[in-house]
Amino acid sequence: MNPIALLARLGRTALAGLAAVGRAALFALSAFSHMIRPPYYPREFFQALLNVGWLSLPVVGLTAIFTGGALALQIYAGGARFNAEAVVPQIVAIGMVRELGPVLVGLMIAARVTSSIAAEIATMKVTEQIDALVTLSTHPMKYLVAPRVLAALITVPVLVGVGDIIGIMGGYTVAVQNLGFNPAAYLKNTVDFLEALDIISSLVKGAAFGTIAAMMGCYYGMQSGRGAQGVGRATKGSVESAAVLILAANFVLTGVFFSL
Amino acid sequence: MIRMENVHKAFGDNRVLNGMNLEIAKGTSMVIIGGSGTGKSVALKSILGLIQPDSGQIYVDGKPAGSGDRDKFLARFGMLFQGGALFDSLPVWQNVAFRLLRGALKRPQEEAREIAIEKLRRVGLKANVADRFPAELSGGMQKRVGLARAIAAEPEIIFFDEPTTGLDPIMSGVINDLIREIVVEMGATAMTITHDMTSVRAIADNVAMLHGGVIQWTGPVSEMDQSGDPYMEQFIHGRAEGPIEAVR
Repeated sequence: MNPIALLARLGRTALAGLAAVGRAALFALSAFSHMIRPPYYPREFFQALLNVGWLSLPVVGLTAIFTGGALALQIYAGGARFNAEAVVPQIVAIGMVRELGPVLVGLMIAARVTSSIAAEIATMKVTEQIDALVTLSTHPMKYLVAPRVLAALITVPVLVGVGDIIGIMGGYTVAVQNLGFNPAAYLKNTVDFLEALDIISSLVKGAAFGTIAAMMGCYYGMQSGRGAQGVGRATKGSVESAAVLILAANFVLTGVFFSL
Repeated sequence: MIRMENVHKAFGDNRVLNGMNLEIAKGTSMVIIGGSGTGKSVALKSILGLIQPDSGQIYVDGKPAGSGDRDKFLARFGMLFQGGALFDSLPVWQNVAFRLLRGALKRPQEEAREIAIEKLRRVGLKANVADRFPAELSGGMQKRVGLARAIAAEPEIIFFDEPTTGLDPIMSGVINDLIREIVVEMGATAMTITHDMTSVRAIADNVAMLHGGVIQWTGPVSEMDQSGDPYMEQFIHGRAEGPIEAVR
């Protein structure tokens, strides 16, 4: 391939990428603006709260407890190499709260909620339900997107908080049952070591990741192509984008909180 | 009441509407016929603003479609979608009363439910269907629910997109009769798109033949068989030979 053609192809790809980012950004702005302007749909909002929050608790809890337990074992084994086994409570706490809790909850929400939102909205688009909403004087952004994004923005930080606690308790259980730690000393070390900023950063990350997860589900659903293939592509694209954006946002937010 | 003037719409290189002109008088039932992919649905969705035409004008009661308050504009319309487009997550009665449960036409829930059940009865469905979900209904029942939803708020203009597609001949006849009865009873202006000639004869006051992005012939249904238009004749008689290419 000659260099000019290669350059042209690269340029086209870059432009297409930028256009996609622009479309997603405009979609997000529109979603936020619809979130604050009436009419509101409380029934859809409470339904979304239930789906995003309450029904995600089992998967979040299981992910957190196993991760916390595995983390305790890893830190104990790694710490033993330089006689630092005693730091298990502190490292489990900081690891769960600052990093693993929000990221794992974010990724589980991307897998569970983003995919379900994208598939649902894409199916609605393919079966003309979105057009039907419009003809019934109901704005799809207000009825479908705003309640889901708002519900994720509110519930995912709560899920992260719950995940942090369950993860720490997973580490505690393993440390006390298998590694011979004193229960009271473990809890005291955990509580003493954590700072307010650790918890704040965890919850802020949760809010950001929840917003990204719901937004990507809605965006890909609304942009879906025709037929079963369109629904499949929308679902796959939404989860991929949400996961990558969550990890990228985690890097940025960690940098911001580290600089504080 | 509805006037389309020189409406163009293309999707990429595919020019779907190519200067379409059409007029539908108030209180009449216009049926647009034409082969698959000739732009019938695009024309209908352009009037509602679901698709933006590239050029041309669409007027409803002399005013440009989409001008002014969009909710008020859409409140004048009811639409039966090809596949029903019922909301899976809502029971039948909430589908029918969707418009009456929110927005400008909002009523108390009990009243909205009563209206929904009355509309379900009007389309031949029993009250016990009201609490079922769309997925539990047959195709014919879903069409009837879609029809009940289209008429629930008593709109002035009703659009029917392929109302009998996918139904057996008996159910098609039932739906055609219902559409005709309801349109006459409500005094509504109706626009139907179909390629089912039985529906055309049952529903239409006037017929328009869309091909190549333009209306090839339009006139009263009673004159359809003597139109003398080669497109119309080929379509009515289902001939493979004629100006319409059999393979599109």
